[in-house]
Amino acid sequence: MSIENPAPDHGAHEDEGRRDFLFLTAAAFGAVGAGSVAWPFIDQMNPAADTVALSTTEVDLTPIESGQAITVMWQGKPVFIRRRTPEEINSAETTDVSALRDPQTDESRVKKPEWLVLVGICTHLGCVPQGQKSTDVKGEYGGWFCPCHGSHYDTSGRIRKGPAPKNLAVPKYEFLADTKILIG
Amino acid sequence: MGSTERKAFDNPVIEWVDSRLPIFTMMQREYGVFPTPKNFNYFWNFGAIAMVMLVTMILTGILLAMHYNPSAAGAFDSVERIMRDVKHGWMLRYLHANGASFFFIAVYIHIFRGLYYGSYKKPRELLWMLGVTILLLMMATAFMGYVLPWGQMSFWGATVITNLFSAIPLVGDSIVTLLWGGFSVDNPTLNRFFALHYLLPFVIIAVVFLHVWALHVTGSNNPLGIDVKGPQDTLPFHPYYTMKDTFGILIFLIVYAAFVFFMPNALGHPDNYIPANPLVTPAHIVPEWYFLPFYAILRAITFDLNIYLAGAGAIAVVMVHQYCWVKTPDQRIASKIKPIIAVAVLLAIPGSLLAFFKDVSMLKPVIDLIPFQSLSLMPAKLGGVLAMFGSIAVLFLLPFIDNHPVRSARFRPWFRTSVYVLLAVFVVLGVCGSKPAEGFWVPLAQITTLYYFGFFLAILPWLNNNETVQRVPGSIHEAVMSMPKSVLVALLAIGLVAFAPTQAFAKADKEAAPVEHTKAATADEEKVVTPAEGQEGSGEESTAESEHSAPAEAGEEQAAAAGGGHHAPELPKQDWHFKGAFGSYDRAALQRGFQVYKQVCAACHGMKRVAYRNLSALGYTEDQIKSVAAEYTYIDGPDEEGEMFERPGKPSDHFKSPYLNDNQAKASNNGALPPDLSLIVKARVGGPDYVYGILTGYEAAPAGTELAAGQHWNKYMAGNKIAMSAPLLEGAVAYEDGSPTTVDQYAHDVTQFLAWASEPELEERKQTGIKVIIFLAVFAFLMYRVKKKIWEKAH
Repeated sequence: MSIENPAPDHGAHEDEGRRDFLFLTAAAFGAVGAGSVAWPFIDQMNPAADTVALSTTEVDLTPIESGQAITVMWQGKPVFIRRRTPEEINSAETTDVSALRDPQTDESRVKKPEWLVLVGICTHLGCVPQGQKSTDVKGEYGGWFCPCHGSHYDTSGRIRKGPAPKNLAVPKYEFLADTKILIG
Repeated sequence: MGSTERKAFDNPVIEWVDSRLPIFTMMQREYGVFPTPKNFNYFWNFGAIAMVMLVTMILTGILLAMHYNPSAAGAFDSVERIMRDVKHGWMLRYLHANGASFFFIAVYIHIFRGLYYGSYKKPRELLWMLGVTILLLMMATAFMGYVLPWGQMSFWGATVITNLFSAIPLVGDSIVTLLWGGFSVDNPTLNRFFALHYLLPFVIIAVVFLHVWALHVTGSNNPLGIDVKGPQDTLPFHPYYTMKDTFGILIFLIVYAAFVFFMPNALGHPDNYIPANPLVTPAHIVPEWYFLPFYAILRAITFDLNIYLAGAGAIAVVMVHQYCWVKTPDQRIASKIKPIIAVAVLLAIPGSLLAFFKDVSMLKPVIDLIPFQSLSLMPAKLGGVLAMFGSIAVLFLLPFIDNHPVRSARFRPWFRTSVYVLLAVFVVLGVCGSKPAEGFWVPLAQITTLYYFGFFLAILPWLNNNETVQRVPGSIHEAVMSMPKSVLVALLAIGLVAFAPTQAFAKADKEAAPVEHTKAATADEEKVVTPAEGQEGSGEESTAESEHSAPAEAGEEQAAAAGGGHHAPELPKQDWHFKGAFGSYDRAALQRGFQVYKQVCAACHGMKRVAYRNLSALGYTEDQIKSVAAEYTYIDGPDEEGEMFERPGKPSDHFKSPYLNDNQAKASNNGALPPDLSLIVKARVGGPDYVYGILTGYEAAPAGTELAAGQHWNKYMAGNKIAMSAPLLEGAVAYEDGSPTTVDQYAHDVTQFLAWASEPELEERKQTGIKVIIFLAVFAFLMYRVKKKIWEKAH
């Protein structure tokens, strides 16, 4: 409301340029401000520190007999641990990799051939495949079968038939001892 | 909104939409070219500011709801998780908690603006009433929101406010049970409060829409209070007021950001960092500051309505009607005015003796002579509730009470004075509301309450008939050309924005200081400090003074009021490394403090909200943290066989509590429960100075003091008796870095460690705050230049 500023008549051109610069700078500040507020408001949805801190699971493998499998929880997801029989290992190793939808050798998917560790989530749309219990349907390739949309996985957890695009994922894990692994 | 003639837009997409749904035309008409009086001062910014705050509250609220757990068992923990673990969670919560306060600041100034400039008068009555509806909805929303963290103040605030409804005759108790969904405030209450707290803001948005709609029908009032006469009186809303509002909003946001980032708890209460305990009420409970004036009105009605007072009151009502509301009093009454007043006085004497002086022992013989003492027409409780709701109800009626033809107080000197007094009264009521309802504060609250109602029900009607109509300017245009004075008003408004909160809460630089503490600041200091220290009584040491703390079963840190009559000496202020806008934690002190905690405090006190992984903030490496965690044994399971098993601690584990549960803790400590220390610095008035004071305040009891077995004398403890023996002994903890191993050094170090445990986000918060404030200040300066540039054309 200051009235001491007379309307500028002279040097109007230069003044216009300065005015545009001022307006643009202010608009840029507004945009930067909105962006800086938006970031924390969106980022807050990412996993919180306590959730991240819980992201490892230790598993004792001693109770698992050959041919058996257990399911453990890791990051809220099922992890399949199967102690494979020699036949299962053999069938996994002798599969023709080039014919696979997601070509991977069995070697690249295990640390010790006897132990297969997989994230138990179908790569199609996230259901949990069957095949962990001895009574389960294991699918046409003796691994797992996802009942949601009919994906068949082999004894290395590789996709063989059905709509899933990828093999069952192998989580990051390490052997702490011969019979103890740390997932995550 | 469906205007017949529509100007086509150049942009084909906009034109396509607009020809089907003329939303762009509407925006253009209502916010683009909308003719707005050209003489607004900065008080007219507060509508836009309130809108910004509403949006801020809804946004941050929705994000908080993504992490909040509305159950009695999980609410407090989930809020602490938001503060400690959720990314930027502390910022969201502090924005939301302080946002409520700043929303009220904006709205109160907005309301006062309306009152001062007569914006409620014809034709804007409905606009005003919609605004009061928004205020009511805000109050309900704010109250329920304050319950959600489920701390002590949440719980007891909910209990007290819901109990207001029990004052309703006959059905009151049933209504309260209905509100609770049980027989006390509990899980069902919290669930429904959360549901309603999420719902009501959207109802507010709907009413705001109506409010703005009504505004755009009548057009805005202005500081002169005269109608717009033609185009020479107005400017298009954009860019003139969009830019001016943006500048005002930025100034307001700077003050808001200062609170959020540098004193986020200054407007809250330390007690709310103690989890809710249905068995112990904090010694001094007060609502949030924005409710204090209404709370004071509630408590001002301390008396039953006896028959004498009712009689005198009835005569007073008739007199007010005859001499204020009616232009000339009825001849029959005017002629008998003296005897009528005599009767009123005769009734008022016994009436007020009974109501106000019943406890004065000198007057007791006189009072005993009054007959029909026990006849009460209305209990004090109901009276208080009616007065409180009435104080909002008169705001609804205001447009119909005041029908003086001049709107703006600028041309009504008598009205102006009364409005200023009303403002002062409102502030004084707020102070009264923050004080214990005793002594001098009670009559002060009663007198100010009388003025509050008197303003609306007697002064305004009297002014209608008696305040002369001054000559007002012929038009806004004419007045603007002759009155550069508005610059002054603008400065005043800025001053108010910048100053109002800081002045009211002057000493708010103490991060944990509660409102009443800072407001009081002067004479009343000890009074305010005492109650919270009382908590310490059970807090720090859970009071072996068992008659006070007996039932603290469910709660951890709860306390009962501590010994009466004692005034603790003022806490000496320590020079903390983490104080001030640039303060940070001293890593070496934190590590030493952790050592003291681990070797001394942890023997009795848990710290369950801190995990070993958090120790990385103290400068420990991952391996060091692993080995610290592994020193403790945790029970985990069940394993494959269904058995629980023991395992060493992991970095993701939270600090191990020394006891299995509270009962074991109490049994091991003479019946006193050592409180969890995770939040101790935030949960005590005085914060780190208080914790330091308690740790170093041990002295030999003065002669004549009786201490029971297991009690010790501490000069900073309310009542001086404390169950914890002096925890720190010289040389007890061996420091590796050569720092002195004195009690004073230990106390400083461990207090700093505890401060970190309470506010692990402090450093990030302050650093972010500095950036935010610098950014806002530069942006505000730019907007000021932009605004000036644009307004040049208007002159």
